[in-house]
Amino acid sequence: MFAWLFVSPAERRLLGGPRFGGPTPWVIAIMSFSIMLIAASGLALASTAALVSRSIESRYALEVPGGANNLDTLVRTVRSAPGVTAVEAVPESEMRRTLERWLGPAAQGAELPVPALIDFDAAPGTNLSALQQRAQSIAPGARISAHGASVGPLLHSLRLLQWVAFGLVVLLSIAASAAVVLAARGALDTHRFTIDVMHGIGATDLQVTHLFQRKILIDALVGSLAGAVAAAIVLLLLASGAALAGELTGGATLGLVDLLVLAALPFALTLLATWVARTAVLRALRKAL
Amino acid sequence: MARRAHGAPLDQAPGDEVVAVAEFDSVGLRYGTGAEVLRDLDFRLRSGSFYFLTGPSGAGKTSLLKLLYLAQRPTRGRIKLFGEELSDAPREALPPFRRRIGVVFQDFRLVRHLSAFDNVALPLRVAGASDEEVEGPVREMLAWVGLADRASARPPTLSGGEQQRVAIARAVINRPELLVADEPTGNVDADMANRLMGLFTAMNRLGTTVVVATHDVGLITATPGAQLIRLENGTLVDPTGTLRNPPHPPRGDG
Repeated sequence: MFAWLFVSPAERRLLGGPRFGGPTPWVIAIMSFSIMLIAASGLALASTAALVSRSIESRYALEVPGGANNLDTLVRTVRSAPGVTAVEAVPESEMRRTLERWLGPAAQGAELPVPALIDFDAAPGTNLSALQQRAQSIAPGARISAHGASVGPLLHSLRLLQWVAFGLVVLLSIAASAAVVLAARGALDTHRFTIDVMHGIGATDLQVTHLFQRKILIDALVGSLAGAVAAAIVLLLLASGAALAGELTGGATLGLVDLLVLAALPFALTLLATWVARTAVLRALRKAL
Repeated sequence: MARRAHGAPLDQAPGDEVVAVAEFDSVGLRYGTGAEVLRDLDFRLRSGSFYFLTGPSGAGKTSLLKLLYLAQRPTRGRIKLFGEELSDAPREALPPFRRRIGVVFQDFRLVRHLSAFDNVALPLRVAGASDEEVEGPVREMLAWVGLADRASARPPTLSGGEQQRVAIARAVINRPELLVADEPTGNVDADMANRLMGLFTAMNRLGTTVVVATHDVGLITATPGAQLIRLENGTLVDPTGTLRNPPHPPRGDG
């Protein structure tokens, strides 16, 4: 099945020319570089979206808009509710620090009403409306909101960007395939005479195709690996920059599976290029007798 | 002159059973929408015979040879090669038949970037021979055509005659059952022409059917037992006109 990969030097000489020649390895390298970076971005976005989604899927907030004098009672009420697993009251000082970013020193004024906020985790199936009714009996106006609802638009955007990235990967792969088809047709035109001679002495289409298939496989492998190495360097630099940036980008990490997918990409691109070249050459050869 | 029976071999005597290498039945050929360049060709080539194909320029000799070595399909009629009907055969079926045919092209058709050795070895490699299997026969063949010391030379560095001999060596390296040559002596001097014809005659003695297109009457008369196919305006002229064997054995043969 893979005998065509291992040909004698004499068979390699049939197409002549240098082992790595022409624009094909360069085109493939640029495509591979771009695909790797975009795929890494897409995977990082997917990873971030999953991380955010996981961290907020069971997270809720009990908010009392005008503040609550009986915060401890509310915390006990929430903690005693069936299905609630963790409860944490957000201190008023922290709320004021948060508001200070928008309001400035006025946020520290006693006349500014600061809402009371209790974050809690609840298992699926928890009766949140009953909990909200109990909370309202203690602090009228209290309401429960899911973190997921407030972060939903952000998650939606992250997932959309992730699919845009994967779409770009597909588009770039199609562009790489088109470049390979052009390269294969160019190679066929260049070697038309040799092909005619080979056909004339009884070479089959597959024998001729294997010569081109092998050459394009080598070109594609060299190009895609070179592009992947360059992309890996850029990703490492970005990763070290992200580590320095700390919490802003800390969530956008690539897992082991993501790294394996990225490592497989240059080989997938090589296989795609080889298959496309084989198909293009076979189709072109069928036009001759 | 009696008219030859439809599809009978060119050199068939009445009642003679023959094994035909090629059979043409009402064959016509046209390129594109032009006029037919070959018309109503009816003949058979006897296995192991030697044929000269003659006729004026433009008579259709090269087109007829193309039909013989499967580079062209007839636009009408039927062609059988080695007993198989190939006129409408799928193209995937043709390579095994092409491997049984050796072709010497008028323009040699050597691959320029390959050495003389690799050019001669090409049919063996296409047939699946390994480098080890190729080495001996190719060296022997190059020696046979007098080019043992030019094995590593590439075609552009060879003279016309040397290229012609490489082309002939390539055509006969795998002992074809049918050898087709288009003006094989057009680029060599008379001495070399005689030597090359000697090679063809030797191949013929080994059982290969040989068809040589040529204008060179000297070659024809110097080849004992050879038969004549004459084309004019795309049709077989005097199809019973078998070559009269030369009265004397050729000199300097081989």
